[in-house]
Amino acid sequence: MSRRVYMDHAATTYVNKDVLEAMLPFYTELFGNPSSVHQFGREVKKHIDKAREQVAKAIGALPEEIYFTAGGSEADNWAIKGIAYANRNKGNHIITTQIEHPGLLESCRFLEKEGFEITYLPVDQFGMISVGDVENAITEKTVLISVMYANNEIGTVQPIQEVAKLAKDKKIVFHTDAVQAVGSIDINVKEQGIDLLSLSAHKFYGPKGVGALYVRKGVKLTNLIHGGHQERSRRAGTENVAGIIGLGKAIELAASRLEENSKRIKGLSDKLITGVMEKVPYTRLNGHPDNRLPGNTSFCFEFIEGESLLLNLDIKGIAGSSGSACSSGSLDPSHVLLAIGLPHEIAHGSLRLSLGDINTEEDVDYVLEVLPPIVDRLRQMSPLFEKVKGGK
Amino acid sequence: MYSEKVMDHFSNPRNVGEIENADGVGEVGNAHCGDIMKIYLKVEDDKIVDVKFKTFGCGAAIATSSIATEMIKGKTIEEAEKLTNKAVVESLDGLPAAKMHCSVLAEEAVKAAIEDYRNKNNK
Repeated sequence: MSRRVYMDHAATTYVNKDVLEAMLPFYTELFGNPSSVHQFGREVKKHIDKAREQVAKAIGALPEEIYFTAGGSEADNWAIKGIAYANRNKGNHIITTQIEHPGLLESCRFLEKEGFEITYLPVDQFGMISVGDVENAITEKTVLISVMYANNEIGTVQPIQEVAKLAKDKKIVFHTDAVQAVGSIDINVKEQGIDLLSLSAHKFYGPKGVGALYVRKGVKLTNLIHGGHQERSRRAGTENVAGIIGLGKAIELAASRLEENSKRIKGLSDKLITGVMEKVPYTRLNGHPDNRLPGNTSFCFEFIEGESLLLNLDIKGIAGSSGSACSSGSLDPSHVLLAIGLPHEIAHGSLRLSLGDINTEEDVDYVLEVLPPIVDRLRQMSPLFEKVKGGK
Repeated sequence: MYSEKVMDHFSNPRNVGEIENADGVGEVGNAHCGDIMKIYLKVEDDKIVDVKFKTFGCGAAIATSSIATEMIKGKTIEEAEKLTNKAVVESLDGLPAAKMHCSVLAEEAVKAAIEDYRNKNNK
C-alpha cells in the first residue's frame, strides 16, 4: 500500500509551486518592514500594494476595499463585531444562519453576551436558506445580515445575490463568509451587491495564516486589532508579507483557471457521488444536489460512525473528514448536519470528501473500489445494521 | 492520537459477531451519542467459553470492545465481573482523554451481559 489520495481540500490545500516561488524572496532579500521609510521597506510596500490589487481584481472590488487579515476566522470576527459595534446607536439585531462556520457563530454568541440579538435562520433539508425567512426576520433594529456563500461541510451554495439585494433595499449591511467559495466560484462583489466578504488563502492553494476582508467603500466598521497604522489604520500589526504575496498570487492563479478547473473537479465529484450512491446502500448525499461547491461531496452512511470510517480510509491512504461527534471533539455531531434535519445517529455516519487540483479519475476509481467494502465491514460489526437485516 | 495497540484492535478486531442462543447478552450506549456496544456470552460451568461483540462507534469504541472480549474470554463469571475500564485502558496502552468514555462503555457492556446471564440463570 503506497497510494495516497488527498480528498480533504475543504480543510486545507497545499501551496501551489508558483505561489511558493513568489513568496520565497520575502523571507530573505525582500525582508523590509513595509512601514519603514527606507528603500528596504518601500520596495516591499510596492509588492503588498500589488497583492492588494490582485485580490481586488479577483473578486471585482477596489484595492482600497481589501484589508489583509490572519485568515478567515479573523475576517469573520472583524466583520461581525466591527459592524455590530459601529452601528450600536442604530440597532442591536443581526441575522445569520444556523450553518455558519464557528468563526462566525462564536462571534455572534459573544455579541449576544454584549446585549445583541441574533437570529439564526434555519435551512431546509438541502442546507438552503429561504430568502423569505431572511425578509421576515428583519426588524427596525437589524444592522447586519451575514450568510455564508457556500457551506464547508455540505457544499450548499446560497442565493447570495438575492439576499444582498434584499439587504440593500432595507439599507442593512450584508456580509458573506466566502472562505470555501473563493477560488471555486466566480464572485463579483459589485455585481452581486456584497458589502463585506471574508476569504482565506489556504483554501485555494495559498499559504495558511493569511486572508482578507473586503469592506465596501463607505461601510462603517469598528477596528478589531488595535495598534499601528498598517492597513490604512484599520488593522494593526506588521504585515505577514510573504503570506500576503502568496495570497495575491494564489487568488490570481485561481481566478485565471477558475472555469476550467471547476468544470474538471465538478466532473470528478459527480462521478464520485454517482458511484457511491450506486455502490453503497443506505446512503444519503448531504447538501444540495445541484447548487453545491464543485469539489464537495458529503455523505451519510447509515448504521456506522464517521471516525471509524475515516480511520479505515486512512489505512488505505485516503484522507477525508467527518462531522461525527468523535471527529469534532464534542458530544454532538456537526451543527450543519443537525440543521439539515438529520437525526443524531445518521449524522454520526458522515463523510466529506472534498476534491481539488491534485485529484484524478484514478483517485475517484480507487475510492469507489476501497470505500464500499469498508462501509460493509463496519456495518457487519454494527448492532444497528443487525436490526435492519433482521427486518425489525 | 491512538496507540499502536488501539489501531491493532481497531483494524483487526477480535471476537466480532453474534452468538446464537447466547447465555447472556448486554447492550449499552445509544445511537444518539454515537456509541452502542453489544456483547454476547456463552457460559459453561460459570466459565465464559465464548464471547462475541458488535459495536457501532468510533475507533476507540471498536478497540475497547475488542480487547474487553479478549480479556474476559476463558475467565469465570466472577473474574470477568471484576473487569474495570482502567484495566481496559491499560491493556490498550492508553486512550486519548476524549475517548475514556469508550472504556467505561466496554466495562458496562461486559457487566450488562453478565447481569443478563445471572437473571436468566437465577444466579
